[in-house]
This record gives sequence, C-alpha cells and structure tokens, in this order.
Amino acid sequence: MNELLAIFIRSVFMENLALAYFLGMCTFLAVSKQVRTAIGLGAAMIVVLTITVPANNLIYSHLLRPGALGWAGLGHLDLSYLGLISYIGVIAAIVQILEMLLDRYFPALYNALGIYLPLLTVNCAILGASLFMVQRNYGFAESVTFGAGVGTGWALAVIALAGLREKLRYSDVPEGLRGLGITFIVAGIMSLAFMGIAGIEL
Amino acid sequence: MRKRDILLRPLVDENPITLQILGICSALAISNTVLTALTMSAALTSVLVFSNLTISLLRRQLPSSVRLIVQVTIVASAVIIVDEILRAYAPEMSRALTVYVGLIITNCIVLGRAEAFAMSHRVGESILDAIGNGLGYSAILVAVAVVRELLGAGSLLGIPILPLAGAGGWFRPVALMLVPASAFFIIALIIWAVRSRRKQQVEAADFRPCDLQERTR
Repeated sequence: MNELLAIFIRSVFMENLALAYFLGMCTFLAVSKQVRTAIGLGAAMIVVLTITVPANNLIYSHLLRPGALGWAGLGHLDLSYLGLISYIGVIAAIVQILEMLLDRYFPALYNALGIYLPLLTVNCAILGASLFMVQRNYGFAESVTFGAGVGTGWALAVIALAGLREKLRYSDVPEGLRGLGITFIVAGIMSLAFMGIAGIEL
Repeated sequence: MRKRDILLRPLVDENPITLQILGICSALAISNTVLTALTMSAALTSVLVFSNLTISLLRRQLPSSVRLIVQVTIVASAVIIVDEILRAYAPEMSRALTVYVGLIITNCIVLGRAEAFAMSHRVGESILDAIGNGLGYSAILVAVAVVRELLGAGSLLGIPILPLAGAGGWFRPVALMLVPASAFFIIALIIWAVRSRRKQQVEAADFRPCDLQERTR
C-alpha cells in the first residue's frame, strides 16, 4: 500500500507529465486560456488515463509481452513490437466508448467535457503514460495508481497555468511575446517550481 | 503554390512549432544534446515523408468517415519501423530517446500535415511539404539543443568547445540548461525573435487598458 501511495505522489508531483516530461504540450498550451475549460479538460484527462493505462497494462502482460501468449500455446512469440499500434488503438477505442457512454448516461458531464474528450486520442500524455507503464514494468494495481496519478498531476498543472494566464491578460507583454511566447515562459517557471519537489525521495 | 514555397515556407513563415504550436512535446523534452535532437529530427522527418506519401497516394480511395483511423494506422506503422531500426542499429540512442520515438504517433505535426495537406495534394507536393515541415521542426529542435548543450555542458555533439572550469578552463556550465525547463525559455526567445521580424505573426492582445490606448494615440 505504501508503495502504491509513493507511486501516486511521485506521478503527481515529481514526475508530472506536463511539467517534467512535457507530454500533452499542444493541448496544455492551447486549452489553458480559462480556468473553467481547463477544469473540464483536466477531469477528462484523469478519467481517460485511469482507464487506458490499466487497459494497456492488461494487453501488454497478457498478449504482447515475450512469452505472454503461453496460455494459447504460443509461448515462443514476442509481440512487443506491436505495442505502439495496439496502445493507440486501445486508447482510440476507449475514448470513443467513453464518449458514447457519457452521452447516454451522464449528458451533463458529456456536455461539460465537450470537444476535449475526442481530442484526447491524439494527446501524447495519454500514449506516453502507457509507454512509461510498459517501460517501468508496472503491475496491474501499480498501473491503476500510476494512471490516476499522472492524470491528477496533468490536471493540476493545466488548471494552475490557466489561473496564471487569466491574470496575465492584464499585463503589458512585449508584442512578440504576446500569447504563445509568454505562455512558454510561464510554463517554464512553473516547471522550475515543480522541480523543487523533485528532490524528495519516497 | 510554387514547389519552392511548399518546401521553404514551413521553415520560418509557417513553422509548425513556433507558429502553429504543433509537436512541442518532443521538441522540449529531448533537446538536451545535439545528437539526440538530430536523431529525433531524422526520425520525425522520415515518418512525416512516409505518412504524407502514403496518405497522398490513398487520398482518392479513402472514405472520409474512416480517414482518421487509417491515417493513425499508417503513421503508427511508420513509427514502428523507425523504432525497430533505431533499436537494432543504435540501441544507445534508442534508450536515450526513451518513449519519445513512440510518441511521434501522437505528434500533431504528422497528423496535422496528413489532414491539412496530403489529403488534398499530389504526391510530389506532399513529399516536399513533409520535408519542409520536417526541416522546420528540426531547425527549432537543433537550435534549442545547440544552446542547451553549449551552455549546459560546454560541448557540441559531445566534442568539448568551451574549456570547463572543473578541468582548468574558464567556463562554468549553466546548470539551468540541463533542466528541461530551459527549453521553454529558449523556445519563447526564438518565438520572440521570429515575431519581431515577422510582425504579422504577433497575436492580438486579449485586453487593452484604456490609458495605454490614449498614450499611443
């Protein structure tokens, strides 16, 4: 249990996908103008990551890993090269299913998430989290925690950035830095701040 | 559009990174040394050429309802090939790039160009567009990497350029440059430089205080 808690805390702060690994940057910079939309996007991110990382973990450990097909009598096969294409397929399918389920049973949430849900298919934070999970050989329980953790961390980062940008509207930024440029600088400073937590060992 | 324009416009005027905010993730994360940046640029450019070429060839046969999934599959296949080649011939480099080669699949430049250009242009033009955008991406990535490696480690491509203070020289490495966050600042400065030259890329202000308007009047 302690170990899972450590994975969660580490993936929220020290290994924040947005600010330490720069994953999901396109969305991070493009959809952080308002806190309201950032909260919606963050929520979508947590939900999708908590589902896709464990799902890909199951696929990897029962179908793709070297020798994983032993239950079908094909123990000599190593299908791990099919990883990338399977993960992206799983992610696309899960996002699509989630969209239909939410539309049917939770229309309010569905409307709140709006366009961000389908866009998450091509968000590199989602694919990246699955790839990290494979690289670090996480088990099933660990991957659930890791998925929830990185999702929470990403949501936290995008909401914080949106809050800063809302205030930034009233500052007199040099012409060339307006919009994208100053957002980069703000994100850089945030990333430095998050690094302050990185020294903590759990 | 002339062929030369298709090739050269993405370098500065329509640079995928500084203007369209596409494919930034990898540009920031693996720009700590010039060698990784060059490898990543080569990987992205070859995936881009392959996907633009294939999608442009298929553009008349592809029903628009399933085009996204077909595009993603084509891109993923190209990335798997590149990934396997790197693993086989440059295992060290493959480890250094960690997950970022795989993440080319979700790099918005690749899908963006497939959707915006290759779906509606002939094969030759699509290849030129792919090379142009690949170069535009590479230019930024390598520029950031040159600054970071030179100031952070005093070397370029692993060859020492500035004599380090630790080894009797005068140069004290800037630790900030080794931190990924420095890439944010360098890209912001590049954007600033480009937009000071190309005024039409400057974004409109969200908010204008009234006294400022009077002063400029």
